Order: sequence, then C-alpha cells, then structure tokens
Amino acid sequence: MCSRYLRISLVGPLWIVTLLALGGCQREKRQFQSSPVTESGPMQVRTTDLQAGQTTPLQPDARRALYENNAYNLSEGKRLYQWFNCVGCHAHGGGDSGPPLIDSAWRYGGEIEQIYATIQQGRPNGMPAFGGKIPEQQIWQIAGYVRSISGNLSRSASPGRNDEMQTSPPEQLMEKQPPVTSSPAATEGTQK
Amino acid sequence: MATEVTFPRDETTRAEAATHEWLSRTWATPQGLIGWLSEVDHKIVGRRSLITAVAFFALGGLLALTMRVQLAKPDNNLIGPDLYNQLFSMHGSTMMFLFAVPVMQALGVYLVPLMVGTRAIAFPRLNAFAFWVYLFGGVMLYVAFALNIGPDTGWFSYVPLSGPQYSSGKRVDFWAQMITFTELSSLAIAVSTICTIFKQRAPGMSLQKMPLFVWALLVTNFMVCFAMPAVMIASTYLLLDRSIATQFFNPAEGGDPLLWQHLFWFFGHPEVYIIFIPGLGIVSAITATFSGRSVVAYPLMVLSLLATGFLAFGLWVHHMFATGLPRLGDSFYTAASAMIALPSGIQIFCWIATMWEGRIRFTTPMLFVIGFVVVFVLGGLTGVMLASVPMDLQVHDTYFVVAHFHYVLIGGAVFPLLGGFYYWFPKMTGRLLSERLGKWNFWLFFIGFNVTFFPMHILGLEGMPRRVYTYSAQLGWGSMNLLATTGAFVLAIGVLLFLVNVARSLRSGQRAAANPWGASGLEWATDSPPPNYNFAHIPVAETSEPLWDHPHELPVAHGLRLDRRELLLTSVGEASPDLREPSADPSIWPFLAALAATFLFILSIFTPWGLYIGAVPVAITLIGWFWPRPGESIEREG
Amino acid sequence: MTPFEHSVLDVAGVQNAYIHTMWTVLLGICALMYVLVLGFLLWALLRARRTPDPVRPAESTGVESALYAWIGLVIVGLFGITITSYAVDRAIFAAGQKSGLALEVTSQQWWWDIKYQNDDPSQSFHTANEIHLPVNVPVTISLRSPDVIHSFWVPNLHGKQDLIPGRDTDIHLRPTRTGVFRGQCAEFCGAQHANMAVYVFVESQQDFDRWRAGQLQAATAPTGSTAAQGRDSFMTSACPLCHTIRGTDAAGVTGPDLTHVASRASLAAGALDYNRGNLAAWIADPQGIKPGNHMPTVGLSPQDLQSIAAYLDGLK
Repeated sequence: MCSRYLRISLVGPLWIVTLLALGGCQREKRQFQSSPVTESGPMQVRTTDLQAGQTTPLQPDARRALYENNAYNLSEGKRLYQWFNCVGCHAHGGGDSGPPLIDSAWRYGGEIEQIYATIQQGRPNGMPAFGGKIPEQQIWQIAGYVRSISGNLSRSASPGRNDEMQTSPPEQLMEKQPPVTSSPAATEGTQK
Repeated sequence: MATEVTFPRDETTRAEAATHEWLSRTWATPQGLIGWLSEVDHKIVGRRSLITAVAFFALGGLLALTMRVQLAKPDNNLIGPDLYNQLFSMHGSTMMFLFAVPVMQALGVYLVPLMVGTRAIAFPRLNAFAFWVYLFGGVMLYVAFALNIGPDTGWFSYVPLSGPQYSSGKRVDFWAQMITFTELSSLAIAVSTICTIFKQRAPGMSLQKMPLFVWALLVTNFMVCFAMPAVMIASTYLLLDRSIATQFFNPAEGGDPLLWQHLFWFFGHPEVYIIFIPGLGIVSAITATFSGRSVVAYPLMVLSLLATGFLAFGLWVHHMFATGLPRLGDSFYTAASAMIALPSGIQIFCWIATMWEGRIRFTTPMLFVIGFVVVFVLGGLTGVMLASVPMDLQVHDTYFVVAHFHYVLIGGAVFPLLGGFYYWFPKMTGRLLSERLGKWNFWLFFIGFNVTFFPMHILGLEGMPRRVYTYSAQLGWGSMNLLATTGAFVLAIGVLLFLVNVARSLRSGQRAAANPWGASGLEWATDSPPPNYNFAHIPVAETSEPLWDHPHELPVAHGLRLDRRELLLTSVGEASPDLREPSADPSIWPFLAALAATFLFILSIFTPWGLYIGAVPVAITLIGWFWPRPGESIEREG
Repeated sequence: MTPFEHSVLDVAGVQNAYIHTMWTVLLGICALMYVLVLGFLLWALLRARRTPDPVRPAESTGVESALYAWIGLVIVGLFGITITSYAVDRAIFAAGQKSGLALEVTSQQWWWDIKYQNDDPSQSFHTANEIHLPVNVPVTISLRSPDVIHSFWVPNLHGKQDLIPGRDTDIHLRPTRTGVFRGQCAEFCGAQHANMAVYVFVESQQDFDRWRAGQLQAATAPTGSTAAQGRDSFMTSACPLCHTIRGTDAAGVTGPDLTHVASRASLAAGALDYNRGNLAAWIADPQGIKPGNHMPTVGLSPQDLQSIAAYLDGLK
C-alpha cells in the first residue's frame, strides 16, 4: 500500500516547504516595530541629477527593498498619505496646489531616498517640512507609497484600491512612469 | 465470526478462475511512475484522498494545539498577533476546506460504487482529476503559509478586512484561490458520485432499497452542487476586487460588505451540513450492523436526510443576526434554524430505537456511534439556542459558538468518521484494527474532546470573544482556558493512538475476511481488500439487506465483457438493467489537466493575464483528455 | 484599574434582562431534551443483551407511537423556543424605543471614538474607549465604522451590534444598576482585535452630570514647569498630527481625543490600566505593547518623554 511513489510524494514536499520556510517571503513580512528605537533616514541626498563632470548614480539606501518591495509598508504608506493630508495638496497623485506624483516629472528627484528627503526637509515653493513631526519610519512608508503612485513598484507589492470613491486606478494597475532626470522643463512641468 | 460468502459456482471452477483472471488483467493497476499518476480506480483515488485528508487533519490539529498553548495563560507572549491570526485562519480553512468535505466525499468515492454493486465510479478520470486538484490546492495553501503568505483574516474572511485596503500583499489571494481549487474538486466528485448512485446501482436495488449511507452521500453531493458555486463566486469577486479594482464590496461605489457575508454563508451553512450528513450515513451503517438489525423507520430516515438537505439552504442569515438586518427577516431564519432540529431529532430517535430493538455488540465503531449521540446532540441543542436572535446577539462571535460548532462538527462528523474508519478499514486494507487500541483511542478522544470544548461554553458566557490572541488576567478566563488546553493535548493523544493503530495494523494486523462484522451491505460481498474490478459478477439486490437475506449465495447478473472495462447501467427508479457502458481506462491526462489548472490558478493570483496565459495549457490537456480513441466501445443494450 | 464586570449572565441592563429570560427558557428546554435523549440511549444500551450472534429480532410494538410522541415533543419544544424568542425580541425592541441620551460611537482599528451627541455643538464632546452613563436612563448609540467591520458588545448590558462600513446601525441600552462594565470588540478586525476594549461606567445622575461637565471643559492648563515643558514638547513633536487636545492647537482627528486622558481608567483601549508609568511606557513603545496598532514609535528624548507624560497626566 505504501508504494515508493507514495513515500516520495509525502516526503518530497516536506523538504521543499522547509527550505522555503527558511527563506520566508520579504514581500509579505509585517514588521511591527518592536524595539523602541526609531528609524533614521537619508539626510544628505542630492535632489537633482545635474552634475558637473562625470555623473555618479545615486547611492541606493540599504532600506530601499524594505520600503519598496514590502506590501505591508506600502499599504501603511497609503493610509498615512491620507491621514497626514498629503491629499490636500497632491490629491490622490493627480496634483492640486502641489505637483502631481503620478507622472514622471520630479522637481527634487523621484527615487525613494530623494522623496524621503523632500518630505523630511520640506521644499521652497510650498512643501512643508515633516521632519520631527512624522516619525522617520512613517516617512519611509509614505515615500515608498509615493513611488508606487507612479507605477514604479512591483504590482504584487503595490496597494490595490481603497474602499472609497475611486479617483484613479489603484497603484498596482498604474502604468510605470520612471522618474525623469531633473531639468528646467521638468520643474515647470512641461516635460512629458 | 465472519459470514462466509461464496461466489456462485454455476459454471465450472476453471471458467470461474478464467473470469477472475480476465478481469484482473482488464482492470489491472498500471505500473511505473506514469502508471501511478494515471490511476483512475475509485478505490485507489479514494484511498489517496482519505490519506491526504487525514494528513491535513493532523496539520490542522497541530495548528490548533499551538493556538491552545498560546491561550493557556493570560497575557502570553509565545505567539504574536500576526502569526496567531494566520494560525486560526489556517486551522479553520484546513479543517473546513481541506479535511472535512474532502474526507467525506472521499469515503463516498471509495464506498459508494461497492455499496451499489458496480465495478467503477462514474467518470473515473474526472474523479482522478478532482483528487489532484484538491491535493495541489492544499499544498499551495501550506506552501504559502510556510512563506508567511498564509491567510490571516479567518476562514470566512470578511470584507472589508480582507479587501484590498486592509489586507496587503497576497495572503488573502492565496486563500481565495485555494477555495477555487477545493470547490472545483468537490463539484467534480459530486458529479461522479451522483451519476454512480443514479445510474450504476445493482439490478433490483431500487431507491427504496438503497443503503442509508448511499442516500446520505446522494443528498450531500446534490448540496455540493448548489452550495459550492456561491463560494466560488464570492472568492472570485474578492480576487477581482483585490487585483483589478472591481467594486463588489466597496460601499462608496455601490458595493456592499454584506454581499460577501450573504454569498459566503449561503455556501457556509450548507457546507456544515455537507460535512455532517455523510456522518449520519456512517452512523446508520454502523448502528445497523452492530445492533444486528436494519435501522428503524427507513422511509422516515430517508425523508429526514432530504429535509435536512433542503432546509440547510434556508438558514444562512443566522450567521448575520448582529449585522443590523431587518428584524422581520431575522425571525424567518430563527424559525428555519429551529426547524432543522426536527429531522435530526427524528434520526437520533430512530438510531437509539434500533439499538433498543437489537442486540448490541460494543465494538469500537459502535463506541464512536454512542459518542456521536452524546456529543452531537449537545451541539445540536446549543445550535437551537443560537437560533434565537436575542440569545445569538449575546454569544455570537464568542467561545460559546466555538464550543457549539466543535460539538456538532467533531461530534457529528469526526466521531462517525473515526467509527467509519474502524468499520471499513478491514474492507479497505484486509486487516482489522486493534480493538484494544481502538477503545483507548475512543476514550481518550471522547474525554479529551469534552474537557477541551465544554469549558468554552462557559468562556463565551463569561464574555470571551473569538479570534483573540491573548486576554488580560483580570478577566478571569485563565482557568477555563488552561483546562481547555489540557483537554486538547489529551485529544491529540487520542488522535495519535488512531494513527499508531493504523500503522501497526497495516504491518501486522489480524487479517480480515470478506465480511468480518457480519454486515448486510454489498460492499461486504467481495474480498477484503476488494479486487480492482470490485465484483466478479454484478450482484442483484432483491432486498435492502442482501447479505442477511442471502447469507450463502448472492444472486448475480452475467454478461459484461471481460476484455474491456465495462459497467452495467440501470434505471434511476427501479434499477432495472439498461445499458452496458464502457468505463475509462487509466489515463495521464487528469493529472496533466490538474497541473495546468494549478498553473492557471496560481498565475492568476499574480496577474490578471494569468487567466489567458493559463488557459492555453488547460485547453491542451483537455484536448488530450477528450481525444477520441480508435475502436472505442459504444454503448450496447444490456 | 477599578474592578469591572464582563459577563453575559450578570444582568445590568433592561435588554440583557430579557435576554437572560430567553437563556433560562432555552437552558431549561434544551437540558430536558438532552436528558431525555441520554436517558433513552442509556436504556437502550442496558436493555440490549450482548450476544455475539447478530440475530434479527422482530420489531416490538410501541416504538412507532414513541416516535410520534417524540416528534410531537420536539415540535412543541421548538415552537416554544421560537415563540419565546419572538416575544423577547419584541420586548427588547420596545424597550429601545424610548429616547434619552444620544451617543455616536465610531469604531476604528483598534479603538473606540465616543461622541456625546447634542444638537448644541458646544454641549457635545469626544472621548475615547470609555463611556459614562446615568443609571436607568435609556441610551441610543448610533454606530458607524469608517474602516472594517467591528462589533460593539458590552455583555452585561445587551447583545452585540456590528459596525459595518457603509451602513448605519444603532444599539439601545438602559442600564439598571451602577457599576463598571467592560465591553470588547466582537468581530475580528485585524491585528489588534484582541485589545479593543471599551469600559462603561454606569453611575448616579449626579455623578454622571459631574463627569460630563468635566469632559466638556477644555484641557486643564499645565501646572508646574515640567508639565508646561511637556505641553510645548507635545505641540512641537509628532503628537498633534493625530491627537486633539481641546483648548490647544492640537487638532488631529485620526487618533483618540486626549483632552481628558488622565481621567480614564485605561489606555490603548484596555491594553493597559491608566497610570503615569503606563502612560510613559505606552508613549515610549506602543508597538511593543500593542504590535501593529497605528500609533508609531515617536522617538522622544527621555526628558521630552517624561515631561509629556507629566503634562498628559495632568489632563484630568
């Protein structure tokens, strides 16, 4: 009755499952911060790609994966985007008195580190400085979410629709708009 | 004390031996890995499903034990909220979707063809496909759990919590897709079983002479056909909401969270009766055998099964009494929920009357039937309490309900199931389970169960809600919870003893004859275990207890081909012989189609294009499956 | 924490009194039926002689009449239960038709926002996780939920009522004796469903009026330099983005109202008893105490933490 194949079919999956369990799945991890030590954030990050001489690429922060590929952090960012009234100036990404976040034009850089710095430090022309007001981990979550609004993050991690009146497609269905290097046209919003 | 059954010897012994040899060759089990994957014999597929279901039962039980350890003392920090939410969601989903329904359907797949006296189940390849789909769906869910993508919103996963806004990632999507797998599997088995029961019964076995177990499986599988589509629709809507921003459950855009509840519970309430009604069939079979007489009031028993099956579809709103629906509507469901106690009450009386009228043998199966009466009736009575809206408003979503449904599900399904295992294990394997270990199994299980779940009634009345990962010491729930945890370990030892009993018996158990219990059904008219072809000659059932009325020589029918797999189809009402029908040969296509379906379902979780991409391999495998074979038999008049 | 009650069977309200009647009827009828079934089973087991040979004795007379009698008994019992249930339901509904106090409870993940409603806005106020009621006065609580389904349940007073997004429901209470009654969310609502309690203080009319008058006041001004320092630290850090303290510039609405936080019996919806130490612990590490809840780890310096705790502890 216990044929060879039956034994293989019982034992085989066990090994696979064990190996996979050791790896876990980063996208789904929900890390409620359990140690009372806060995050820090990139303070010294340039806001433009215009450089004299040879261009050096922006150094990605080590936490980029945690805040760009983690579904829980992105959904928290989406919640905070409303709670802290980013909607008031940026609407749901379409822009109002603040520039749109849904397109590829970024005045102060569109990578997550640059968005973090923008939220943390504020910017002339109307962006308030939230550093010291919004805790750092939450700024990370919001910055990651802002990246997803323009469809730049993986569909599996990006949030779906909210349970409210729909103003735009959900982030997971947005067409990817890679951030364009900073230029005068971009700051005036005329560059496509 | 086995009743000897001899096959008729109206031909010469050599002709009889030739018959058996031809049949063994025609119905042979295919060899090799490809052969193992191509198996369509209902007994082998049924046995694989039973083993898979029991494995899921053990896994679900381990999850429950972990939960019980966490809840054993207040403010325990063994397991955090996120893991606990996954544990209870996995426990409920495993037990309801991966154990309870599949195990009952699998028992039917194994036993029904034998009980109705036919060689194979209807649509054997569909049946094999169903097993593979069930296996792959269950494995997918557990792989997801191991990867921290296990569901964490409960086995009924209410929206908006399980919707796109409040459940991030793919956890709920894996849960919803697991439902697609298991419901597809259930529907396929339901179709096979219903067709077997209606069209393949032994000549003379009219509907009025059908065993009560077969009636129970007939009712159950019809209920599956009507209930499963509701949950498939619900889970599909949820998947669509989460992946392509449909608005089914979004109140701001015209949807409604209550739509989920209605769709789910329209399935969910019949689901528990789908689990419970086969148990009633098992109890009838065991009670009759070990009381030495047929069950009292057969027509009323059948009507009770039918009434339960119908009424079960009219009760679902009793899960929603606290949602604020109009009170007049709620009252209707109070009446219906109370009413369904009547057919069950009638059946309980009839079984006890059967025992009262008969001479009881206290074997292990009979002990489990007695345990069933004690446990299930208590659960049924707390169910009547829950039917009352005011009472339900207090104890809904508390441990009182947890106690209630464990009493009815474990009492009404697992007790009969264990009894059924002890009863039919000799038939399936040719070996008897140890009676001594069986009695230890029963008593530990019975005592452990009551010590675990009775205190939960009290906890519910003391205000303990469901699905809480911890509770404060000031609430005074600690002692009852500790008692429940202790009971859970005793219960687990009982289950372990069962597994030990099975393992030992398989190796060195006492060999069983064809009819070790002296029972009356047709499944006992063939060897233990049955040959691949079930019966050398199709039996003719002139009464409802064929083996009791023909203890020495069973009348049989002749004329089916020996060189091709062939069945006898009979009419639905009176079971008069009708047609000779070919039965499918072993085929690899069900396995390949199940793989293709798995690919389609899993890809759809990650991208809506999965539906189109995945449809291609499914289409290919279905074409391979249905490709007509040259020289295939056509039906002939019988 | 003051001693509290949390039980279905200890009646403290008119509605629960009716439900208790229902429970008594149900228990009586169901217990009787169970005893009958077990008795019949026992009789059957004892009566049947145990012989190994399965003989099939003839059916004895009387089984059929006993079956019909049983069916009749079950029908009578079920009818009785159903009619009683209807009567109790109507009585509860009638008891809830009287108007008195009006509250609005909004359930959030994972706390309760309580608003004492009044047509005059200056007479209405918000609090969190704690309800005070005058004894013997009918209360209508309208329930709504902006996020997921929760369930408002104070077992001593009444059954539960779900709060469903997109639907307005309500619950009527009328407490009949004074005491402290605990309630808990009874519909699974996410990570911290286990820590979503509400405390109902039922007190005399004078005590209630006094409490209410105190709640209507704006926040107490800080006394002492530490508390004053704490107020400044509070206003300049992350706190005002989520919390309201009436009478100050803090006007955030996504978190609980803190105007009279020090007057409450518990913190974090029952996760902690209220005292100064727990308050500081909560502010320092909310995720450690209630992992997954929406209050972040703010990261205050030790002096800021102590001064803010001192300030909030003065908000009685």
